[in-house]
Amino acid sequence: MSKAPQLKILITEDNIADCLIINKLVRDQGYQTVVAHNGIEAIDLFVKEKPDIILMDALMPKMDGFEAVKRIKSLVKDDFLPIIFLTSLNDDISLVSCLEAGGDDFLSKPYSPIVIAAKIQAFTRMITLHRTVQAQRDEITSRNEYLLQEQKIAKEIFDNVAHLGCLGASNIKHLLSPMSVFNGDVLLASRKPSGGMIVFLGDFTGHGLPAAVGAMPVAEIFYDLVVKGFGVERILHDINQKLHTILPVGFFCCASIVDINYAWERIEIWNGGLLDVLLKKNDGRVLPFKSLHLPLGILSAEAFNAECVECDMKVGERIYLFSDGIVDLKDREENEFALNGFANFLLKNEEPELIFSHIVEQEKLSFERNVSNIDDVTFVEILMISEDVVSSKHELVQNNELRGARDWSMSFEMFNQTIRDFNPIPLMLHITMEVPELRVFNNDVCMILSELITNGIDHGLLGLDSKLKNSSNGFQQYYDLRSERLTNLSGESLHISLRYLPNATGGVLVIRVVDTGAGFDFSQVDFDIPKASQMSGRGIPLLTRLCESIIYEGNGNTVEAVYRWVKLHDNNKL
Amino acid sequence: MSIVSHMSDSGETMKIAIQGRFDFGSHQDFRESYDKNDSSVKEYYVDMAKTTYLDSSALGMLLLLRDHAGSSAIIKIINCNNEVFKIFEISNFDQLFEISAAK
Repeated sequence: MSKAPQLKILITEDNIADCLIINKLVRDQGYQTVVAHNGIEAIDLFVKEKPDIILMDALMPKMDGFEAVKRIKSLVKDDFLPIIFLTSLNDDISLVSCLEAGGDDFLSKPYSPIVIAAKIQAFTRMITLHRTVQAQRDEITSRNEYLLQEQKIAKEIFDNVAHLGCLGASNIKHLLSPMSVFNGDVLLASRKPSGGMIVFLGDFTGHGLPAAVGAMPVAEIFYDLVVKGFGVERILHDINQKLHTILPVGFFCCASIVDINYAWERIEIWNGGLLDVLLKKNDGRVLPFKSLHLPLGILSAEAFNAECVECDMKVGERIYLFSDGIVDLKDREENEFALNGFANFLLKNEEPELIFSHIVEQEKLSFERNVSNIDDVTFVEILMISEDVVSSKHELVQNNELRGARDWSMSFEMFNQTIRDFNPIPLMLHITMEVPELRVFNNDVCMILSELITNGIDHGLLGLDSKLKNSSNGFQQYYDLRSERLTNLSGESLHISLRYLPNATGGVLVIRVVDTGAGFDFSQVDFDIPKASQMSGRGIPLLTRLCESIIYEGNGNTVEAVYRWVKLHDNNKL
Repeated sequence: MSIVSHMSDSGETMKIAIQGRFDFGSHQDFRESYDKNDSSVKEYYVDMAKTTYLDSSALGMLLLLRDHAGSSAIIKIINCNNEVFKIFEISNFDQLFEISAAK
């Protein structure tokens, strides 16, 4: 026993002869000793010398061993201090009082060197073991504290990157565990410059830091692209590409994304690996949107498919996105949110405004009952509202920037391939965003650009009739025809020009779109907003509300929209 | 949970049977079941007849096997029970693997 000589043993014995004998025996074993002759001296020496083991006579003058041991034990906290009673008493009652006082063992007189050596060695081994365990425990505790601290900071950083976006909007309700970063769920929402919003829910494989680290670029790409006016497909492509590059094989992100268009009361949905996204219709039906794709991060860019499903969603209808955790809510007697159960629950529900609070209630219950090992539930409900409600709530950002592009014009011409494969809106918006005062009107600008460019391509170049869209079948037919004609496009071009000039009260943006198509009889254009039941023909009438003027020229293949903004303090209305 | 792998005499077909829960705890065993072989295997069968549960990290492990097997090898996941099949369906892993339900 190599550590033995370092141990210090306190011997307390009032009998001088016994004391000498035992002292010699212990020293011969290679231990260091200190000697006391009564309880008071023993306590004194214990404090001064900090012995590792105490040999304590039971009966002594001044203070007996029992009392001394009680006091000494009250002084040691976590440390393991073996106390061996030296006693000539052999009856059970005396031995019990030794134990009650805090003794760990006994040595009976007369002393046997072999027994003393064996007992001290046994306790030495226990001390070594105890100290190792204690050191490890302390290390674990301090590492754990460090880790928690790190997680707290990581969470702060994460929250700044993957902030909640517009999740606070009045038409969104969401449930997200405060430490969800480390369970791999991510929930993002952002308003589109063209009005409407995009909501993303992702669930990473695994938990902890890898998931949180993976979620950061997702959030960054999402917020960056939505604000710049990119569509869902491009956002999905970029996120998939990024995750495919950075995540190790075997890690991926199940996700669903919903693009909500208030003006058109339509949504686009993509679901890769999450449970059905559910749409509760006003007529009580529940439409499921199944996962049709692999999760994000698995496929290479070439193989990835960002194709979305489109659907009508009328004002007052609600759509639900959630992570797997909701299935775990079934492990309770209610049993109502099992995989199909939640859809059933929605179907039966006649008070849709209470659905969300019901889920929150369930979550709270499961938390209180401490159902072990359940995934946290991330759950979001989005209500379709009319656009007017939204725009009136838009916070207008005050711009105090002095620098920026304030008088300019640009023109951009697209030919066949670019018309097919490229969305010019983000590029255009990028430029209009350089006009500091125009930024708050970016929604309007984006909407005007989208409508004019879509019209130029769909009607001008591809000759599609929007009346096709008046039936649900027609919608599909319309898109089939569109993609067929786009593929066969040849010799055509679309010319877009923007011109921005400031004036005393604000500024004027002129947008011209010229296509090489056959044109049309623009005297027939109906500038009134169509009835709610009519599914097409909303675009141009909407623009007339936004623009000062919309004028068709030539044989109908040139259109010019004039958008005028007026300084807010001059005219709040615009 | 136990994972048993069996190699055909030709060394071209390998069968991996997974019993019980297939989750993160199976990571090491699952990896070892195919890792020790050289890359002459042309066909893998992952037998899920006795698999009771599958989580997303198990899906990840299948992707690791796919990575290990290389693009020329075929991976077939067979004998999936309803629960397991549903998980493959939701994740659309049938786009990556040949997946068949229990008979």
